[in-house]
Amino acid sequence: MRLTLERRRWLWGYAFILIPLLFFLAIRIGPTLYAVWVSFHKWDPIAIDRPFIGMDNYRTLIDDKVFWKSLRNTWIYVGVGVPAGLILSLLIALGLQRMIRFTGFFRALYFLPYVTSLVAVGWVWRWMYMPNGLFNDVLSWVGIGPFKWLGSPDMAIYAIIATTVWQGLGFQIIIFLAGLESIPEDYLDAASVDGATAWQKFRDIVLPLLNPTLVFLIVTGVISNLQVFTQVRSMSSQGTGGPLNSTISIVLYVYQQAFQSLPAKMGYASAMTVVLFLMILAITIVQLKVLQRDTE
Amino acid sequence: MTSKAMQPGETGVPEVDSIRNQELERAREVALAAVGKQDRKRRYAQIVLAIMLLIGGLGMIFPFVWMVVSSLKRAQDIYSLSLIPPEPTLGNYKEVLQKTSYVRWFANSIVIATITTLSVAFFDSLAGYTLAKFRFPGSTAIFVLILSTLMVPTEMLVIPWYMMSIEFHWTDSYWGIMFPGVMSAFGVFLMRQFFMGVPNELIDAARLDGFSEFRIFWKIALPLVKPAVAALCIFTFLGNWNAYIWPLIVTRSESMRTLPVGIAFFSSESQSSFHLIMAAASLATVPVIIIFLIFQRQIIKGIALAGLKG
Repeated sequence: MRLTLERRRWLWGYAFILIPLLFFLAIRIGPTLYAVWVSFHKWDPIAIDRPFIGMDNYRTLIDDKVFWKSLRNTWIYVGVGVPAGLILSLLIALGLQRMIRFTGFFRALYFLPYVTSLVAVGWVWRWMYMPNGLFNDVLSWVGIGPFKWLGSPDMAIYAIIATTVWQGLGFQIIIFLAGLESIPEDYLDAASVDGATAWQKFRDIVLPLLNPTLVFLIVTGVISNLQVFTQVRSMSSQGTGGPLNSTISIVLYVYQQAFQSLPAKMGYASAMTVVLFLMILAITIVQLKVLQRDTE
Repeated sequence: MTSKAMQPGETGVPEVDSIRNQELERAREVALAAVGKQDRKRRYAQIVLAIMLLIGGLGMIFPFVWMVVSSLKRAQDIYSLSLIPPEPTLGNYKEVLQKTSYVRWFANSIVIATITTLSVAFFDSLAGYTLAKFRFPGSTAIFVLILSTLMVPTEMLVIPWYMMSIEFHWTDSYWGIMFPGVMSAFGVFLMRQFFMGVPNELIDAARLDGFSEFRIFWKIALPLVKPAVAALCIFTFLGNWNAYIWPLIVTRSESMRTLPVGIAFFSSESQSSFHLIMAAASLATVPVIIIFLIFQRQIIKGIALAGLKG
């Protein structure tokens, strides 16, 4: 039997995509559906019996004060961390763009934290935040403090956000710089000829043209902050999201419920991850809508 | 031709022209002075900007300086504020290396990040190429399917992955740590974007020359998107080198830990012995910092490329 040329090419296509397709089905799609399935069960991996309990896990979630606390905290990580990071990185990117010399050197300075392990730098910041650590010592010279930083229920979450912003700044600066470079210089020159001030040029030309970059950074920033885990585990007291659950994030609570509690509550933890997934899904849909409106 | 060409505005009358030239000279001086002033203003602005950026940049790297400084201090000096250790010592490093399996963790991380990166580079390129250049029944559906997995947070998957690992006895093995990351949907998407830019004529010409489909991918298309592959490799290696939550869950024995997991356990068990914790943190970050400083241009370019197309 002879295959037509087109059919033969189809076969090559299927052959090439087969292994990746199997991978994504088995390691991504399958487990996603399985997590939803598990969330309807009381699931202890050691127990023989894993009864189906319907929506019970979700009902328990509604009454779980720690879950609500973790949800609130996670939105503080997002709501404070993302804007702070964006404003700082945009300012620095605008400065770097105007530099004529040493640009490579400056970029490297600001980018460096991004390549290092969040576990290690989390502990470095924790050291600086110690009650008798660097920050309090330096602040005492000007007669401020001492602060409890990570030991204070009001302050700890913002201390952790500062570390997150510091670590992610380099990435955002590099993306902003690429976005700024794509703005045609003619536009800005024309505006200068028309007598536009620097602020007018920024507001009316740079910012609108930077919109796709902003959307990208906002979405990646929101999604990565929704999943905050490593820095909370490294920096909060005993790594449990304290003091008084003031820094616990959804993912840390999931981890505790699924892997640290006895008996392990994997069904309950899965229900929380489904809630997290739904939030990310909503944000992705909003992103697609915004980008669609942009291109229209 | 003997007469030299007349300048615009010259009359040919010597007296008039000499006055004109004097006027021109004066105007030029005024203009030069003004430009010089603007130049100087611009240069001052540059210097002020450079100083501000330098202060900010030093602030960015100061935590690393303080980490290394602290790691070189003796336990009794650890709370001193001096930037130069009163009696610098490598004793903390020695203690960390003796107490922990640092070398083993480092090797684990190298092996895992390297194999994962090679696998992602190969399979994501292959899948991206296929989805960019082949039309077959179901190809769009497959693309949407792979893309949709980008929305699923890792945390939702760790519980099923953990159950899988228990079921198949993958816990505490390299494969157990690696298997979730041997391909990435982001990479497939990225490579597809770049392969779309490879002209179809080139591929068709190679087909006419009798190249097999795999050789076309390997020898013709892939070399054309080398920068994208490099960017994907940098992204993947960094991500796996610093990965924390999954290796934390799937490893049991001390010797199977990756560097971040090992450092995390050591630090929380050290009872606030920050001279040791800072030595461990230095051991975890300084090699990466050195690699970064050597390849910073390529790394920054790669991250920008991956970030923009992604």
